[in-house]
Amino acid sequence: MTTAVTRQAATARGAAPRTSAGRRGRFAGTGALVRLALRRDRVLVPVWIAVFVATAVGQAASVASLYPDAPSWHQLAESVNTNPSLLALYGRVLSDATLGGVALFKVGAFGAVFVGLLSIILVVRHTRAEEDTGRTELLGSTVVGRSAPLAAALIVVLGTDLVLGLLTAGGLVATGLDAAGSLAFGLGWAMTGMVFAGVAAVAAQVASVARGATGLAGVALAVAYVLRGAADSSADGSLTWVSWLSPVGWSQQVRPFAGERWWVLGLGLALTVVLAVAAFRLVERRDLGAGLLPDRPGAATAGRWLSDEVGLAWRLHRGTTLTWALAFAALGSIVGGLVANVAGFIDDATLAILEKLGGTGTLVDAYLATEWAFIGIFTAVFAVQAMLRLRGEETSGHGEPLLATALTRTRWAASHLLMSAGGAAALLAIGGLTAGLSCARAFDDPTMLGRMLQAAAVQLPAVLVLVGLTLAATALAPRWASAISWGAVVAFLLLGELGPLLRLPQWAMDLSPFAHTPRLPAADFSWPPVLWLTAVGLGLIGVGLVGFRRRDLD
Amino acid sequence: MSAAIDVTGLVKNFGATRALDGLDLQVTTGEVHGFLGPNGAGKTTTLRVLLGLLRADAGTVRLLGGDPWADTSALHRRLAYVPGDVALWPTLTGGEVLDLLGRLRGGLDPARRAALLERFELDPTKKTRAYSKGNRQKVALVGALASNVELLLLDEPTSGLDPLMEAAFRTEVEALRARGVTVLLSSHILAEAEALCDRVSIIRRGRVVETGTLVQLRHLTRTSVTADVAAVPAGLDALPGVQVVGIEPHGDGIRVRCEVDGEAFDALLRILAGAGVRALTSAPPTLEELFLRHYVDEPVTVTP
Repeated sequence: MTTAVTRQAATARGAAPRTSAGRRGRFAGTGALVRLALRRDRVLVPVWIAVFVATAVGQAASVASLYPDAPSWHQLAESVNTNPSLLALYGRVLSDATLGGVALFKVGAFGAVFVGLLSIILVVRHTRAEEDTGRTELLGSTVVGRSAPLAAALIVVLGTDLVLGLLTAGGLVATGLDAAGSLAFGLGWAMTGMVFAGVAAVAAQVASVARGATGLAGVALAVAYVLRGAADSSADGSLTWVSWLSPVGWSQQVRPFAGERWWVLGLGLALTVVLAVAAFRLVERRDLGAGLLPDRPGAATAGRWLSDEVGLAWRLHRGTTLTWALAFAALGSIVGGLVANVAGFIDDATLAILEKLGGTGTLVDAYLATEWAFIGIFTAVFAVQAMLRLRGEETSGHGEPLLATALTRTRWAASHLLMSAGGAAALLAIGGLTAGLSCARAFDDPTMLGRMLQAAAVQLPAVLVLVGLTLAATALAPRWASAISWGAVVAFLLLGELGPLLRLPQWAMDLSPFAHTPRLPAADFSWPPVLWLTAVGLGLIGVGLVGFRRRDLD
Repeated sequence: MSAAIDVTGLVKNFGATRALDGLDLQVTTGEVHGFLGPNGAGKTTTLRVLLGLLRADAGTVRLLGGDPWADTSALHRRLAYVPGDVALWPTLTGGEVLDLLGRLRGGLDPARRAALLERFELDPTKKTRAYSKGNRQKVALVGALASNVELLLLDEPTSGLDPLMEAAFRTEVEALRARGVTVLLSSHILAEAEALCDRVSIIRRGRVVETGTLVQLRHLTRTSVTADVAAVPAGLDALPGVQVVGIEPHGDGIRVRCEVDGEAFDALLRILAGAGVRALTSAPPTLEELFLRHYVDEPVTVTP
């Protein structure tokens, strides 16, 4: 690497002043790496962008149909702005003068967090994760400057954020929202994404492995979200200034549809530049493959629990599963507070629509059923990523030493299946328990606990279908497993969210297993769909386990 | 004498690429068998078929008397494997990986584990992501050597090791041979095979082209002989099995250089002796020459 860079630098030095020669050496090969990154992300990034645009557009369209006129906007804003747990979760409705002001309160801060998460994942994927696999070493030995991988990653991710923001703005304008507000909203998302791309760039230099870098940046993101939550929900407004400490809060401070403050975007841009410069400084200082945080020594012998494939699988899934469990517990704990508020503020027309969407129960039950449908999809996201770990273990070569022992393929696959399906069941139990307790308290109704646990349990069969689909794809179409299973998750999510709004035919919406899940607690429980969804799930799992035994392993 | 490994007519295709093309391989119980060939010749594919990771498209494969595809689990209790490219879980320590793989195989001798860690100077408390390629390979090697098995399958086991560690590895393989363990050692490091192997099989483009002891294989090639003699030896050109490379004046005598088949050695020495030998050097063929003979005529295409 040194020779290549030196030669490059030396060639350039003849023609240009020294500083520019050095810079060209450091960034040599950036263009090629950008193309490589775009090639690798050609599916992932467009799908993510589509999900974000669809979420914003879907949200705007559904609020537009539920709240058609100015009085209903005012009522909605009023009820959100007086409820501390809604404020903590979503943030304040800043203006009820237009539809845009109220339409996006649910996805503004929340969406910004997910754009931030996407940026973190992408930056780490193209920097630290590449170093972990040793590919950077290979690239570094060609004419690639030391800073080129980071520069390429930032170009790709910042570009992704910008495109995501602009397409979101375009989508919102297309649904009939005000153009300036839409642009401010989209760029607000993009800005938060860019800041966390910068945070991830620094974290990728500080941590010594990809997971560590994602974790560090993720903590920063969580802190930013909680800070703005504290600011938005402070009772007397005395903590409002805290929102300015949070890049997630900045996306709200841009005030889309509420007298846009464009200069706040500059704040985000400035911080992104500062973080990027810091990351480039760090790249030039550290060794390839090393971080600034040292590795601690670990156990010299394996503990008793690490004696078989299940112990190994738990060790590999532990961190992710516990993080999800915390998220589910947090989500469940606020459900009660959110729902208690719903009962008070919706008019009869809206009620009729909600009942149509959610079943025939009371308004609260309809609302809860909608929440559980969401939680069901979330659970499927967890289950699919856990099941895909089997394929990941195979392609990274970890399966080879394992399967050279007495471990059979079926037991190996089953260990990851257990983490996926068992983990999903545990998450739903945690969600059901915490939601049950918070609802029981909010409504002073102890039967809520049982009803919420039931609503949670009934989500499992549809999740099982996706687990089975993922395992079957891993066995029968290994190269396409990831695309097939994530494609199914996104398709089912969109069918459920946008299907009714786009008035899709029933058969199309019925393609999603989640369309058949009884909408507890709004609807009655019924055995047939639960039983046949379970049967389909188990059938796919069976196909997967048998197929996995029969094919060549990579 | 039973066969630990008995492969006949093994064929394996990857799409349009034929990786193994009627491969025959016999490894006798208790021997150290070298499996030699250039990159892409099909060594790793063969090992992966023997491990039941890949399914044979045609041919019969017997491993320790069983079918590696059908009896995978039972057979794997009796063997240990060192992959050519050792990939380990980055967040586990070397010691944890050793114990985990040992327990999955059915037990690891703790005393041998400790002795081997010492011998190979491996720190078991390090996370495997911090290991170099050589150290990752040592984890797999220590695991295989510390297990109490009948058969070791080693895929280029020393490719990341330094010379000191290579020497330690050879000592350990010698000890295994003494205990009656069968070893299949895939390699393109020829000195290693020369030092360790009872028999070798040479694989090229998915076929075994030569198999036998090194002594037997030397019969198949020629020894280079250089002799300084007083006068031009008579009848050299007529001798079957001898090819004269050069006869030229050297000092006040004659220098003769020729290539000779093993069977013609005796006759050659008699003729040379008749011409008054002053100095004689004879170089046995190295495995490099064996290789050259098999690969020099056609360029070797490397298939992944």
